Amino acid sequence: MKVYRIIQTALRALRRNPMRAALTTLGIIIGVGAVIAMMEIGNGSSAAIQKSIASMGADNLLVQPGTAASGGVSFGVGSVMTLTPEDAQAILRECPAVRAVAPVVRARTQVVYGSRNWVPFSIYGTTPAFLVVRDWTNLAQGEIFTDRDVRNANRVCLLGHTLVRELFQGDSPIGKDIRINNVSFKVVGVLSRKGANMMGMDQDDIVVAPWTAIKYRVAGAPLANVNQSSTSSSSSSSVNSLSQLYPGGQPELYPAPSATQAADTPMPVRFTNVDQILVTARNSEAIPQAISQITALLRARHRIHNGEPDDFHIRDMTEMTKVMSSTASLMTNLLLCVALISLVVGGVGIMNIMLVSVTERTHEIGLRMAVGARARDILRQFLVEAVVLCLAGGAMGILVGHGGSYLVKMLLHWPIATSPSAIIAAVLVSASVGIVFGYYPAWKASRMDPIEALRYE
Amino acid sequence: MQFIELRNIYKTYHIGDIDIPVLREVSLNVARGELVALMGTSGSGKSTLMNILGCLDRPTSGEYWLDGQEVSRRSADERALLRNRTVGFVFQSFNLLPRTSALENVMMPLAYARENLSDRQARRRSAELLERVGLGDRLDHLPSQLSGGQQQRVAIARSLINRPAILFADEPTGNLDSHTSEEILQMFKQLNAEEGITIVLVTHDAAVARLARRMIRIHDGVIESGAFVPGSNPAGSQQAVSQSAAGAQAIEGGT
Repeated sequence: MKVYRIIQTALRALRRNPMRAALTTLGIIIGVGAVIAMMEIGNGSSAAIQKSIASMGADNLLVQPGTAASGGVSFGVGSVMTLTPEDAQAILRECPAVRAVAPVVRARTQVVYGSRNWVPFSIYGTTPAFLVVRDWTNLAQGEIFTDRDVRNANRVCLLGHTLVRELFQGDSPIGKDIRINNVSFKVVGVLSRKGANMMGMDQDDIVVAPWTAIKYRVAGAPLANVNQSSTSSSSSSSVNSLSQLYPGGQPELYPAPSATQAADTPMPVRFTNVDQILVTARNSEAIPQAISQITALLRARHRIHNGEPDDFHIRDMTEMTKVMSSTASLMTNLLLCVALISLVVGGVGIMNIMLVSVTERTHEIGLRMAVGARARDILRQFLVEAVVLCLAGGAMGILVGHGGSYLVKMLLHWPIATSPSAIIAAVLVSASVGIVFGYYPAWKASRMDPIEALRYE
Repeated sequence: MQFIELRNIYKTYHIGDIDIPVLREVSLNVARGELVALMGTSGSGKSTLMNILGCLDRPTSGEYWLDGQEVSRRSADERALLRNRTVGFVFQSFNLLPRTSALENVMMPLAYARENLSDRQARRRSAELLERVGLGDRLDHLPSQLSGGQQQRVAIARSLINRPAILFADEPTGNLDSHTSEEILQMFKQLNAEEGITIVLVTHDAAVARLARRMIRIHDGVIESGAFVPGSNPAGSQQAVSQSAAGAQAIEGGT
């Protein structure tokens, strides 16, 4: 018997009792519809959750200079100056797994406006890419300083909300001049509110300015050179004049090499260092890739021989990435349970109705056997009927589920994300539900004795 | 050898520990192209006999030769194939599929046929058969829209769709009034005469049985008369000869 004729027969049989067929498929429609809706809503929310976790910096990487050690005493991360702004540019240029890079120069000093002053938690000298890295490009007011400002070391800055509150008391700071360590900076924008980070530190207590301006014009005590900069600790109190690029005298970039060392490794003199480089990977999956690419690149740029330790550290936000993946897998498992239960319920409904249908159509089965249907023909017929019912239910369910999630999107404004894999899974699952739950009734039908079946009233 | 030959068929039903013999030492034959009536009161075993003849059931013991083949020990699938190819059934209660058009009812057995007809061929053949039974203008009617006689005609058309060599009609007029009964019976007679289809009419009604040239009477699971084709003398069965003679007498007496 040809396939299309089997399906035709099944459709004809189902058409004979459309109401019952519709009620039977209702179980599957609801089941598959629930799965699709849940998948779409769930995917949407988990994407939204992941996005918000990502905005906390989950796919950020922090490249910091390495450790200085002398005579068995190590000075901790950031105690040598090995990172340059050129390193940052090279990372962006040559590491494909990296989306954005921002060099950071940090300072901690007093900020003054009029009669008020404040010491912000962090003063960041960086590039506009910093806001991309931190997912912070939506400003509350004003606009971001440009790459040109960075090149020219222009004295412009962005303020965090805490500073606006403390210095301006709610007035708009745009266009006003503040003084950072006695150097005046023009406020061009106000950052949107970000709140505290996971450690409870106020992220809005921040000034962001071109790194060149901070590096060359503001004499803050750079956090990086704890040990080497002791000679220049007095610089923060001295008045800055604009002609001085390195106010208060420049500390040695590197510990003075011995004569032998200098002969062995001739190093170009680096004029500029940055305290850290912030990197953001293309996505959370690309983090390990990004780490290895950056490591290889920086080792090459810093001419580190094989076997020698790195002169930098790369830190990732393992904790946050873990949170991210665990929310995602929790969500998926939860949905899987819901899906399974509703489909089993739908399948039991199918089995129930198919059993009734087999009993009701005993006469028909007897007749079909009398005119030459073999047991396997009957089995196939009822099985195909069940599968057709389930597939039709699955198709309807996809529409219902999609419509439902769309409704949720429209009415409740929940984020949704269509999931093609869920649709494929729904089709496969509804077909297998049809086979699994249709088999017993079909088998029962095929085992009938034609004489008994014909006599059945 | 005749078209149908039964030799010493026994059929016993086991209900619990009790054996109920339904057919006892039944031997009979039917020639190709014959129109035979199988007569008996209810409970006489005629339905069981017809089920065995129609390959729906298997005898407990004995031989059944159909068209030169021993079929009593065939498997269920092989018997299904035989029913599909060589046998047609007409039932008392018509047994049409409800909510299915006359045409599709007639087409139904083709779904299990080994010859693969295209959909159009199948429709054409069914339509031709419905025309032959006088329902050419009712192809798309549902059984519920047809009278009893018309329904039985659809059933007859269905039984002919696979061009069977033999037709079993189990009380075909049992649910019909006398006028339509007559029409249906004439149709059987016509089919027998024009197509040469062997027909076995199972009935308890003497008036129906009178249509047939030969009457096989069964009572309490034993053939009373008319078991053999007149003139055919199966060797080694004296009893059969006498039965045959008795059957011939009965027919004469009836007409």
